Amino acid sequence: MLTKRIIPCLDIKNGRTVKGVNFVDLRDAGDPVELAKQYADHGADELVFLDIAATLENRGTTLDMVLHVAEQVNIPFTVGGGISSVEHVDALLQCGADKVSINSSAVKRPELINELADKFGSQCVVVAIDAKKIDNEWFVHLAGGTIPTEIKLFEWAKEVEERGAGEILFTSMNHDGTKNGFANEALAKLSDELNIPIIASGGAGNVQHFIDTFEKGKSDAALAASVFHFGEIPIPELKKELKANNIEVRL
Amino acid sequence: MKLVIINYGAGNIKSIQFAFNRLGHDAILSNNPEEIKAADKVIFPGVGEASSAMKMLKESGLDKLIPKLKQPVLGICLGMQLMCLHTEEGDTEGLGIFQTKVKRFSDNVKVPQMGWNVIKDLKSDLFKDIKENEYMYLVHSYYAEHCNETIAATDYEINYASALRHENFYGTQFHPEKSSVSGAKILQNFLEL
Repeated sequence: MLTKRIIPCLDIKNGRTVKGVNFVDLRDAGDPVELAKQYADHGADELVFLDIAATLENRGTTLDMVLHVAEQVNIPFTVGGGISSVEHVDALLQCGADKVSINSSAVKRPELINELADKFGSQCVVVAIDAKKIDNEWFVHLAGGTIPTEIKLFEWAKEVEERGAGEILFTSMNHDGTKNGFANEALAKLSDELNIPIIASGGAGNVQHFIDTFEKGKSDAALAASVFHFGEIPIPELKKELKANNIEVRL
Repeated sequence: MKLVIINYGAGNIKSIQFAFNRLGHDAILSNNPEEIKAADKVIFPGVGEASSAMKMLKESGLDKLIPKLKQPVLGICLGMQLMCLHTEEGDTEGLGIFQTKVKRFSDNVKVPQMGWNVIKDLKSDLFKDIKENEYMYLVHSYYAEHCNETIAATDYEINYASALRHENFYGTQFHPEKSSVSGAKILQNFLEL
């Protein structure tokens, strides 16, 4: 049976992991490669690297980092942040990234999704959607959730699928950073309405939240950052608990 | 040992090359027929869309070369699918090495299948020291139907062939290069065939 996936997300700036990682046994917590290897050893199913300060000038630094991760890490990984062109994606995949994640650039120019899916295949195109619930309606937000749009979440998600995305990474701005659990109602609706995998993001605080998002939220994968980076939820224990709750995971 | 990864413009070639580097082996990327013929082991990768991948193979004449190779050949993901008779993706004729057809998963399940699933009913030295129900990483929308060349099976909507073998030709639907320690073991086994 296909298992539910656990995905740590690492924020990257100038090719280094941004503060907020607190692993006792790491020699250099700022080294994305070392951190990625450790997560892979601990049973992470995939990794996401988010370049939070992506600019044209530091693109080469990020490509170097991707190359080093690909050299040393034996699980799949996605790279996101500041990606808006076919040639940029080509360069990332050439360096060994398995998937790329696009967000604002897809909203600004939705054809980008078609172009990437046609050229590289849907399997490597993740569309990240940040949304916020306002007056009982979910609206897509841009630029890390800071800029609201008139675009409705479920309509956009459907369009993203039709244009050829292989996967959706959904972050609820209402839940992100709260540690109160994932946006399971919206996630379940996405899962019911779409036929591509959905990654839940935003709100992980304890093990029960992961159980809930797989059961109630029907999520295919769950992404989190701080609970993993600070060792609050060690991945081996999380997976054991999920298994004990009859959720299929890779142990 | 001379290891060649066929480079015809399709696929996550770097990942495969790095996976062999981690095992202590250099792999050459090549589309040169003489170099491919002279290799001890050949990897036939592939990610993307079947008809355009097959078009690239034909343009370089590799569609004629690959079925004639005598050394162990490992097709991965789309590489394996292109070694079959036919795939529904783009209604594409394959190389006809494996006597089976490739079909699309129905919309009763999420497509693509993306993530870790188990391989079972293992029947080949390719899986030496790999236990039944080991997890492998898969990303695919199309699957190979069972035939008597099946050497591993996986369940997703139906039970399908997740690995195939015909004489010196091997194929895996999963990505051993991305399947952690067990995937690396399978690549090591391939090198020892």
